[in-house]
Amino acid sequence: MNDDQTLEQALLRQGVSRRAFLKYCAALASLMAMPASAAPALAEGLAKARRPAVIWLSFQECTGCTESLTRSFYPTLETLIFNMLSLDYHETLMAAAGFQAEAAREAAMARNHGKYLLVVDGSVSTGLDGSYSTVAGHANVDTLKRAAQGAAAIVAVGTCSSFGGIPKANPNPTAARPVSDIVHDKPIINISGCPPIPEVITGVLAQYLTFGAIPELDEHRRPRIFYGNTIHDRCYRRPFYDQGKFAKTFDDEGARNGWCLYELGCKGPTTYNACATVKWNEATSFPIQSGHGCLGCSEPDFWDKGSFYKPLSTPTWSDRAPLAAGAVGGLALGVAAAAVARHRQKRITEEQ
Amino acid sequence: MDLLSFARGPALQWALVIFLLGVVWRLTGILLLGRAPDYSEPRNAPAWPGAFKLILTRSWPKREFAARTAFGETMSYVFHIGLAIVVLGFAPHILLIQSLTGLSWPGLPTGLVTLSAALTAGALAVLLVRRLMHPVLRLISNFDDYFSWLVVMLPVVTGLMATAHAGPRYETMLAVHILSAELMLAWLPFGKLMHSFLVFVSRGTTGALFTRKGAAL
Repeated sequence: MNDDQTLEQALLRQGVSRRAFLKYCAALASLMAMPASAAPALAEGLAKARRPAVIWLSFQECTGCTESLTRSFYPTLETLIFNMLSLDYHETLMAAAGFQAEAAREAAMARNHGKYLLVVDGSVSTGLDGSYSTVAGHANVDTLKRAAQGAAAIVAVGTCSSFGGIPKANPNPTAARPVSDIVHDKPIINISGCPPIPEVITGVLAQYLTFGAIPELDEHRRPRIFYGNTIHDRCYRRPFYDQGKFAKTFDDEGARNGWCLYELGCKGPTTYNACATVKWNEATSFPIQSGHGCLGCSEPDFWDKGSFYKPLSTPTWSDRAPLAAGAVGGLALGVAAAAVARHRQKRITEEQ
Repeated sequence: MDLLSFARGPALQWALVIFLLGVVWRLTGILLLGRAPDYSEPRNAPAWPGAFKLILTRSWPKREFAARTAFGETMSYVFHIGLAIVVLGFAPHILLIQSLTGLSWPGLPTGLVTLSAALTAGALAVLLVRRLMHPVLRLISNFDDYFSWLVVMLPVVTGLMATAHAGPRYETMLAVHILSAELMLAWLPFGKLMHSFLVFVSRGTTGALFTRKGAAL
């Protein structure tokens, strides 16, 4: 596809009807919680949009984010990379490798300087001058700084690039950091999640493509349209929480009845994401619907917030020794205080 | 470490250590105090049933003073019962108690707990206004009274705000709620809130003494 063509021109050439295109825009508007009246505007914006170049950098990550992206249905990955975006560099999806791949990235960055969208998944290692993670002989941190210079905006896909994720978990041996700690002069959109919901990735990219601006973000730089509510507030099991009905184990009657998983450690009340509404695999299910509590994977430092299976209202620690020490200390103080009081009482009595 | 992790982690541990140390210290210190020997012939023996009887009878308003004390006692009952429902009936609170003691019981519906919390907060507010407006109560009130009121009111209000998603984001409000409850725990042994334990000691002692002397309870 010619990069100068608009999306509508490209789609018409590929036999996609106007009706199908409008239907897709309506679904996208619905997904992003836009009013029905926004669908025509979305269609108009998308139709006029030209494919932006996208450079996707993978750092300290597990490829789960890319795996997630390949399971997007609205739009599909094929639609995204063949029709909507010009995905010029993605180590997992591109055919090229080695020097040719790096040359393609350099060429794309030079050709689209100041206009391309930089997508990053994985945290950025900064320990030992970034030598814990390198690609083509360059430290990730250096590659990021260089690529960010010419980017119009940066999309941090996944919790690792958004907040440091699992590589940053205590003791953080590679001194992993999120993209926002490294780049300070570019707009950054965090699409957190481990992995993020595929439709959230593609939806944010589509919105950027349509409106040419980053969406409204929360204090963690996440799009409010997808991260505006907690899982708990949108969970279909919420009525059971309000009724005080909880599963006590993963296979008891409560679990079979689909009762709330709060007592099993569900982090839905403190986790902001669209899992309960957009869901996964063509809106088939999400972790809580599959019977497991939310891990809170779209929140910063979720790996270091205590056990996944401890309820939110319970201590993160399990060592009772300090409590016992407190009680013993109190007992010692009480005995000493009583002894002193008895001694004084005795002295006063003797004086009388 | 974020605020919620701090509240659930070291802050909770320290608050409980201070609470246990203070409560055990004060109770032991009082219970081991020397008592003057009583050489009189006991009118009733054993005396301990009188201890339990007085704990109960002093919890109910005396008919002679009912007209004068009805308002204050009603508000106090609303606040105490409401607080008990909130603390002992809300599932997340039961989970906390279970994690510390192993004891557990069924929780109440969130709506009922929320209503109790709202009534508790209302009664607490009324009692503060009464304390400020009543000349005698105002005269005998000191920092302990007002601070104890504050540390009880804060967890109730922040808990309601967290449930209603009012104020800061939920996780922040939850952390503030837990921290406010920890402040109450840490203050409890050293102020008038210690009456939650000492009320049984003082009434029990008086009841046993009265029974021994043959006084009406």
